[in-house]
Amino acid sequence: MKKNWWKILTAVLILYTIVAGFVFKVPAQPILHESIRNLYFHVPMWFAMITICFLSALQSIIYLSKTSIENDIKAAQAAHTGMLFGVLGLITGSIWARYTWGAWWVADTKLNGAAITVLIYLAYFILRGSIEEEQKRARVAAVYNIFAYVMLIVFLTILPRLSDSLHPGNGGNPGFNKYDLDSTMRTVFYPAVLGWILLAVWFYTLRVRTEKLQQKIRSNDDSFQ
Amino acid sequence: MTILFNKKTMILMAALLLQMVAFAQTAEPAVEMADGLYQSGKIYVVITALAVIFIGIIIYLILLDRKIGKLEKELKKN
Repeated sequence: MKKNWWKILTAVLILYTIVAGFVFKVPAQPILHESIRNLYFHVPMWFAMITICFLSALQSIIYLSKTSIENDIKAAQAAHTGMLFGVLGLITGSIWARYTWGAWWVADTKLNGAAITVLIYLAYFILRGSIEEEQKRARVAAVYNIFAYVMLIVFLTILPRLSDSLHPGNGGNPGFNKYDLDSTMRTVFYPAVLGWILLAVWFYTLRVRTEKLQQKIRSNDDSFQ
Repeated sequence: MTILFNKKTMILMAALLLQMVAFAQTAEPAVEMADGLYQSGKIYVVITALAVIFIGIIIYLILLDRKIGKLEKELKKN
């Protein structure tokens, strides 16, 4: 139970943001109206994805120096979890765009960059799944995964800032921190970001544990034969 | 009666009416928010539903977590 205190924290934080995210006053903005509350739900998806993908790249770096298969498993499972949140971020962003910008998808550097990032990670899964030999698979996948994280940073944070973008916080557009100077939004937004990152980590640990179990069962089966 | 329909009162009334229209227009640009939704109090029903769904998901996750823990212990024994 002592090891699991952060799981309770996860539940409490997200539950708090679900309630406070609807009840607390938000600044009245034209076009956005009440949809400004999406900030508490759409943006944390990306924070969770970027954090868990960073963890994935870190595991790949550790793999290359230690060549332990465990780090390869961790890197792959972290990337899997990251993509869950990436896809959720894309879908929630698309819904938000439909009712504020008027279209499900806009050919915008931020949006296309996010979509390309998800595709880069899908290629990682295909690459990793297509090599039979364990150590070789782990090594090639690790090198590609580090490259994938660098591309994530380029597509999600650097390129959108270099060109015009509809998305807040890019290309001269104000980020939301300009709107919530009254700081009531911060009291919901920061706990939301932390809560969703922790939930992603929880998913990740569950995935790693099941994958390790599967490996153990497989090696047991091999020794029986 | 005649005083109500003479020219001067008609002009005065028209001016008042225009004033009201002008006032209504200046008051309009306020951003529309779901204030009514909160006043009626029923937004809390939705929040409760969302909270119940989330608690359900968390309970499901905890059970899954425990199940994996049990399997890990079982495999360690063998």
